[in-house]
Amino acid sequence: MTKPWDSTSEHLLRELAPQVLGSIVRRFCDFSLAEDAVQEAMIAAFTQWPQEGVPDNPRGWLIQVASRRVTDQVRSEIARRERETAVAREVDITAPSVEIESDVDSDDTLILLFMCCHPALTSSSAIALTLRAVGGLTTAEIANAFLVPEATMAQRISRAKQSIKASGVPFRLLSSQERAVRLPAVLHVLYLIFNEGYASSIGPHLQRLDLAREAIRLTRCAKALLPDDAEVAGLLALMLLTDARRAARTGPDEELIPLDKQDRTLWDRAEISEGIGLLTAALSKASVGLYQLQAAVAAVHDEAARTEDTDWPQVLALYELLKRVSPGPMVTLNHAIAAAMVHGPAKGLELLRALDTDARLAGHYRLDAVRAHLLEMVGDYESAIMHYRIAAGRTTSIPEQNYLMTQAARLDDKRSGPDNTTAAPIP
Amino acid sequence: MKYILMMNTMRVGRGVPQWPQKDLQAHIAFMINIDKELRQAGELVSAEGLSFPNQAKLVRAGKDGTPITDGVFPESKEFLAGYWIVDVDSPERAYAIAARVSAAPGPGGTPLNMPIEVRPIMSGPPPEML
Repeated sequence: MTKPWDSTSEHLLRELAPQVLGSIVRRFCDFSLAEDAVQEAMIAAFTQWPQEGVPDNPRGWLIQVASRRVTDQVRSEIARRERETAVAREVDITAPSVEIESDVDSDDTLILLFMCCHPALTSSSAIALTLRAVGGLTTAEIANAFLVPEATMAQRISRAKQSIKASGVPFRLLSSQERAVRLPAVLHVLYLIFNEGYASSIGPHLQRLDLAREAIRLTRCAKALLPDDAEVAGLLALMLLTDARRAARTGPDEELIPLDKQDRTLWDRAEISEGIGLLTAALSKASVGLYQLQAAVAAVHDEAARTEDTDWPQVLALYELLKRVSPGPMVTLNHAIAAAMVHGPAKGLELLRALDTDARLAGHYRLDAVRAHLLEMVGDYESAIMHYRIAAGRTTSIPEQNYLMTQAARLDDKRSGPDNTTAAPIP
Repeated sequence: MKYILMMNTMRVGRGVPQWPQKDLQAHIAFMINIDKELRQAGELVSAEGLSFPNQAKLVRAGKDGTPITDGVFPESKEFLAGYWIVDVDSPERAYAIAARVSAAPGPGGTPLNMPIEVRPIMSGPPPEML
């Protein structure tokens, strides 16, 4: 008995991937072998189910196919060794019995997530492995998303698996204490996946897999597994509140449109209200963390129907909290912008001076871009043009570079034009 | 982060290096090995070697858009011999790869210490967040 394949089936498959993998890893105690087998089972499902229908017990189906692959793999490995040693031995290669489990063991997904986001891995390896093992994506899809050849991504994933094997991470549930220590690394990996997707959601790469959506899906999954964690909820809220502005973020020629110039009617109301709901619930809990505060800033922007309605004193207060919770040059930079909007650009410029000696920001285009913006606000066009151009020369993003060069050109035109006596409004 | 590593070589004589066979083979083996290493590390995006500069043409559009080609350029002292595009976790890693390439063995097995130009490849817009 089967159900027809429909639009929800693909989602179901991806949801099942980590559960199946968890089950196989526990059964065969070999992450690398299990991971390959589950990928093959996933591919088999993607080819067979659309034609033959979705089996009644899809999880059981996947576990059976994957187990068979592991067993085949083990058999051929033994055969190979036997050929090499030319010693005929009786080997018990019976795989552990595969009883079809109907209960959904969500703990397996959680263990996998913490395993793939292990701090021993580089961030690019952790990202790739998480997308494949927890997200159920194929190597080809991940390679395409990061615009690298499939062979390169395959190597990266295989190295990540080796690192996990070498580090001897046991496949078990972490204690709540261990989990608290490791959670920031997990959230960071999810955050990086989202950023990668959000950053690449414009430009010539529209056909790429939507990593921002994948990150939201994975974070939703993490939220379901850790429902009481305020930072997981905060991260999901941050993603939704940011993703809500996606359609308004670029113009017809794919040019970047800054927040204050966006057509706010294009913002996704459903994502905004879900994000705000999550955030409100999270903030009512005891601890306030980095992601909740960033989400709160995003929420203040999303709640303003017009740019001029933005509650800047609220944004400023949030950045003051962020400076305490998670101090860093980027927080200081954003704090300076908020201060400029509340107390005037001179105050913002004064705060920026503290960053001139910060080695972490040395040569970073954002400092020049913000300074240019504030200089324009005080009416010092000449310096503003200079800093817009310095920033344009330093960014490694083409849309950002186009935007900054255009800002400089706009001011240059204005300066030499007839109506250069009027004070600059907020750009 | 993606970087391009450009290997600029000094023009020598007719272009093709005139090294003893042993040294030439060592150099070629070194380059093949680098390629293999980068592939296995999951860092290689692409790599190409370019033809010798005697194959190069400078092209400009004429009045009606037809290509006007210009021949070999004996005056240029350096030419681009090849490049690697790598996807790595940090600029330091890109510099480390460039340094490895730079020290490719030359005549007598002495490291060439060629200049390798490393530049970030432009990407999509950065996120609005921290």
